[in-house]
Amino acid sequence: MPGLGTSFGRGGATTYVQDLQNADCILIEGSNFAECHPVAFRFVMKAKERGAKIIHVDPRFTRTSAVADIYAPIRSGTDIVFLGALISWMIEKERYFKEYVTAFTNAAYLVSEAFGDTEDLDGLFSGFNDVSGTYDTGSWHFEMEEVPRSDGNGTCSQPKRDETLQHPRCVINVVRRHFSRYTPELVEDVCGTPREAFLEIANALADNSGRERTTAFAYAVGWTQHTIGVQYIRTAAILQMLLGNMGRPGGGIMALRGHANIQGATDIPTLYDLLPGYLPMPSTLREEQTLEGYLHHAAKPTGWWTNTPKYIVSLLKAYYGEAATPENDFAFEYLPHISGDHSTLPTQIAMKDGAVKGYFVIGQNPAASGLNAELARAAMERLEWMVVVDAYETETAAFWRREGANPSEIGTELFFLPSAVVLEKEGSMVNTNRMLQWHDKAIEPAGQARSDLYLFHQLGLRLKALYADSTDPKDRGIHALTWEYTSDDPHERSLGEPSALKVLQEINGYVVVPGKPRDECPQVAGFADLKADGSTACGAWIYSGVAPDKTTNRARNRKGDEIASLDWGFAWPANRRMLYNRASADPDGKPWSERKKYLWWNEEAGKWDGPDVPDFPVNKAPHTAAKAGASGLDAHSGSDPFIMQADGRAHLFVTGALKDGPLPTHYEPLESVVRNPVYKQQSSPTLREWDRDDNPYNAPESPDYPYVLTTYRLTEHSGIMTRYVPWLAELQPALFAEIDPELAVEKHVRNGDWVTISTKLGEIEARALVSGRMRPLRLGKGRRLHQIGIPYNYGSLGHATGDAVGDLVALAMDPNVSIHEAKTISCTIRAGRRDTFGRSAADRDVPADQRTIQGESHPHGRDGGAA
Amino acid sequence: MATKPTIDLTSVLANAVRGLRLSERVGALPNVASKRTRALKGRVKGAKAVVSLCPYCAVGCSTLAYVSDEGKLLDVEGNPDSPVSGGHLCPKGSAIFGMTVNEARWTTAKYRAPFATEWEEKPLDWVLDRIAERFKKTREETFVRNLPNGKRVNHTLGIASLGGATFGIEENYLLQKLMKTCGVVSVENQARI
Amino acid sequence: MGNGFFTDTTLCIGCKACEVACKQWNQLPADGYEFSGNSYDNTMALGGTTWRHVAFIEQTGGPETPPSLNKWLMMSDVCKHCTYAGCMEACPTGAIVRNEFDDVYIQPDVCNGCGYCVPSCPFGVVDLIAHADYTDGRHFESDGRNHDDATQTTGGIAGKCTLCYDRQKVGFTPACAKACPTESIQFGDVDELKARAKKRVAQLEARGVQSYLYGVDSDSSVGDLNAFFLLTERPGAYNLPERPVLPSTHQPAGYTSAALAAAALALVGFVIFRA
Repeated sequence: MPGLGTSFGRGGATTYVQDLQNADCILIEGSNFAECHPVAFRFVMKAKERGAKIIHVDPRFTRTSAVADIYAPIRSGTDIVFLGALISWMIEKERYFKEYVTAFTNAAYLVSEAFGDTEDLDGLFSGFNDVSGTYDTGSWHFEMEEVPRSDGNGTCSQPKRDETLQHPRCVINVVRRHFSRYTPELVEDVCGTPREAFLEIANALADNSGRERTTAFAYAVGWTQHTIGVQYIRTAAILQMLLGNMGRPGGGIMALRGHANIQGATDIPTLYDLLPGYLPMPSTLREEQTLEGYLHHAAKPTGWWTNTPKYIVSLLKAYYGEAATPENDFAFEYLPHISGDHSTLPTQIAMKDGAVKGYFVIGQNPAASGLNAELARAAMERLEWMVVVDAYETETAAFWRREGANPSEIGTELFFLPSAVVLEKEGSMVNTNRMLQWHDKAIEPAGQARSDLYLFHQLGLRLKALYADSTDPKDRGIHALTWEYTSDDPHERSLGEPSALKVLQEINGYVVVPGKPRDECPQVAGFADLKADGSTACGAWIYSGVAPDKTTNRARNRKGDEIASLDWGFAWPANRRMLYNRASADPDGKPWSERKKYLWWNEEAGKWDGPDVPDFPVNKAPHTAAKAGASGLDAHSGSDPFIMQADGRAHLFVTGALKDGPLPTHYEPLESVVRNPVYKQQSSPTLREWDRDDNPYNAPESPDYPYVLTTYRLTEHSGIMTRYVPWLAELQPALFAEIDPELAVEKHVRNGDWVTISTKLGEIEARALVSGRMRPLRLGKGRRLHQIGIPYNYGSLGHATGDAVGDLVALAMDPNVSIHEAKTISCTIRAGRRDTFGRSAADRDVPADQRTIQGESHPHGRDGGAA
Repeated sequence: MATKPTIDLTSVLANAVRGLRLSERVGALPNVASKRTRALKGRVKGAKAVVSLCPYCAVGCSTLAYVSDEGKLLDVEGNPDSPVSGGHLCPKGSAIFGMTVNEARWTTAKYRAPFATEWEEKPLDWVLDRIAERFKKTREETFVRNLPNGKRVNHTLGIASLGGATFGIEENYLLQKLMKTCGVVSVENQARI
Repeated sequence: MGNGFFTDTTLCIGCKACEVACKQWNQLPADGYEFSGNSYDNTMALGGTTWRHVAFIEQTGGPETPPSLNKWLMMSDVCKHCTYAGCMEACPTGAIVRNEFDDVYIQPDVCNGCGYCVPSCPFGVVDLIAHADYTDGRHFESDGRNHDDATQTTGGIAGKCTLCYDRQKVGFTPACAKACPTESIQFGDVDELKARAKKRVAQLEARGVQSYLYGVDSDSSVGDLNAFFLLTERPGAYNLPERPVLPSTHQPAGYTSAALAAAALALVGFVIFRA
């Protein structure tokens, strides 16, 4: 989550759901909180009962809106205008928390003279390269000055500041100017949100922020699944910085993650570009052929990432044991390099073009929940082999016998491995609070089902055996791979089940005692014990501390309390529940107010006190001066709360780290029904697309596709894990499309009728749910706009069935993290059912000139729509 | 009731016969409870309660799985000790039993040969062996040591893996450790931001 | 004096956890997989195999209505466990009892499926379950089934909420109330619940929200309800009777008119035969 990461330092929710009850106001946007996270929503209801104002901004009036104090409709895909206008309003009306902003953010830094804003360059920032379609971010920088080093050895460079915030190029004024055209009137014209609702929300946020009060934000994939998704989060981050709500009780940004372990699968990434603990994968796109070269990029001179060498070396020791030595760069060479974007969507395209031969699909179902789902299914036909690991037959496992396919023409060799479900195995998952929770095993797996741990372990054992005799240097990593996880439980051992606890202990890390087997090496107590010399091993530094000795598993701690519940589970990092909690105290270390007290400096004891683990060096006094030119946290003062950042501050203006801009800017979605009213540039110039016959886009403002389609999920379903469950299937048994009554009349559709929704890519059918909860929006120039909502939970299998909405959505993604666009596309709708599925463009091979190497995407580039 | 009290004949009559009617006295008559009714007790009484976790969303509600002495699942409900859930569950969490004990589940290893029209059941070990062989063959055919520009890359783009958000961190750890060591870099799940 | 439910509809988020938790505990089958088009309600009503039901009421104006005036009411309905229960009065076999928790309980081993209770419920709660409903809906291995409450293995009986009698007996909160994420469904001693509910009405009024309790201090012939509700709209909006009437209240008038008719006939007969 680089939106949060670049702003504050870490890409995770900044608070824990229980703390929402302490908020005086909660803005829910980009999330259907009550429906998608009902149990966490009880803290929102608690806050409401305590008098907090609950605000929901959403294209649809949902079960969340039903209990909110303020509901405001919005055109899907325009949240940056809405939030940007709030930013502008706060600055112009001077309703922001000036002391907080001055002390804890980079508001006072001077932006380089070379920087050119979108206001001046027709919607582009300076540095855009029309040939590559990407930015040279060199000008997105601060004006630097040389200052004497604290140690007296010459000078070092640091950003120039104007603490009076008067200089026109200081960040706060750059931000002010950047958002100056984002006004309540623009919100009404672009978002369709009534001006009164906007002003009511602006006042509610301002009234409930500051010393005495705090506002929390909650978002989910309604903000992220856009071609400018990262910038949505950045806009919210800027707003929360200005309001002074970060690191404070009842404040923060609650990123509501989706699946049970989606946070864990990011921390210990089954992601192409990361290694555990947010260490980057080595890449051939940088000079990283050696460990030293890798560290040149991955380690930072100041802030927490000074520690990177300890983490990567300990990781290599955990992976390759004795084979990782100082002499061989700790077997750094055994790690593969990435050479481009190998994320899901480019891989899907590469698979369609025949470049991928073998595919594992584990607990995921791209044939039903994928984007351009027919392309995903067609791609599976071109594989040599595919392994599906699941507890049910998924649409992915059944792609070869789907409607319109002929099994006897499909040569993919298929394997199905039955997986145990959660009650049938032990292990831990990481919730949206960044909290590891261990679950015990309750029952034996049904039939032949086995834990995924068993299946992966067995595959590893078999590969080790197959490669045992190889002398090829490329196989040395497989030989060296540490793979001993024998269970201490005789029953589990008899089943061949590896010990999840032993894996967790390796993740925690241990001291490498030369000559001793792993079992005799002591655990490390936490990441502070890790070393860069190969004397420690650690599978994921951020989780270090979860198993500090052989008998302790803090993920299995089960004593909750009314505040931070430090003895329930284990939250990374170091069991901190609220991130950046140093910011809950003023620069002097005193709580901003008694009412919002959380962490404070205890002068007598010389330490930070409070109900949580300080996210700060515990004995570092508030008045500690920053040491210019020093490394690590010494470069930060005692009042710099954002310890992961090189300068210890929250970043209103982000230099260099994001590919689509240092400040958020409104661009229309790729398939917008509206011309961008803010800039000449229609869509983000850096968004990534595939212009191919099997992935056609609806043209912007296409008269054939005049309606906005947005997707979402229902309380009653997840996907394959619910559609086979009768108790859930009966509650929402079929796919439906929510449409407003006016559109229904226009299309001669009655409630409950079949309708067909189509895009240039494909068509699906659904039952019409005609409801006044959906409302046509009134945009600028009297334009009336209809939005259609379709849930994303369905597929052809199970008791509850329906077409996959992914069959309407062509692939496009953001340039930073390759997140897809799934929330705003254009479509049309007609009464009646669709035609039988046949072979479509998504199934056919594309001409060679449309193919790219390994499914590489193209940048959108300058589109120069008329102003 | 919401409505203002009004005098009507039925109420007057109803009140007039109150105390005479069977309905008021039924529960007081112990002999109407059957033997079964008297013996009724919740099936979780005395059963082992195992602390588990809801597998659906990222709120991470703690659950209690009640298991009989024979190891049969009896009931799954919220764990009141959890500071996150307070013992509550949403409809999906309330249906964990139905997701676990379900005739539609596939609990055997299966194989579908190229161009076949049906799945066939195969022993789990056979399937795992065959997957490992296919994996090795593809890896050998597609492994790249150096890019044309001479840079060492040591990877294969011929194999990809998708999934991670629905299973545990220990499982993710083994999966990515194995895959990346084998040179498989397209290891992905749905978390992209 | 007894145990019951206080369902506060202002806290309901319509998640239907109550419906599922009830079906899980009582091992009730699904009713079918029909799309209703009735807002987010596809189970439609309480029935023999649906003992909690969440009603969805959309109150939306036209497109020009300010969004703040739109309402989407949700209400988890359940057997009311009436003080004067029509079903009990109608039951000829003694299958329906008021148990030690003051709740109305259908004993499945006594019930013969005559169905007299069904039209006798002023709320339309009780329903007959044909044996086939169970076998058809049996998607679960029998090992996990509820062995305590034999309703599932008996055919042709009446079914409704038991207020989790079997759970109460071992000190457990009924499944629906335990699951409810927002504590819209509260379980406890009815007198305590009523006191809490009255405070809640006052609290809401202070916030400018008009509400009332349905089934408390009732003058209706069913008496107070052990499962009562806090509502913000008229009962009819939730498909509840404005004034539930116990069928037996018609009996005195019926008997009287029958007696009068008999007397009149007798008189006529007497007159005729005397002549």
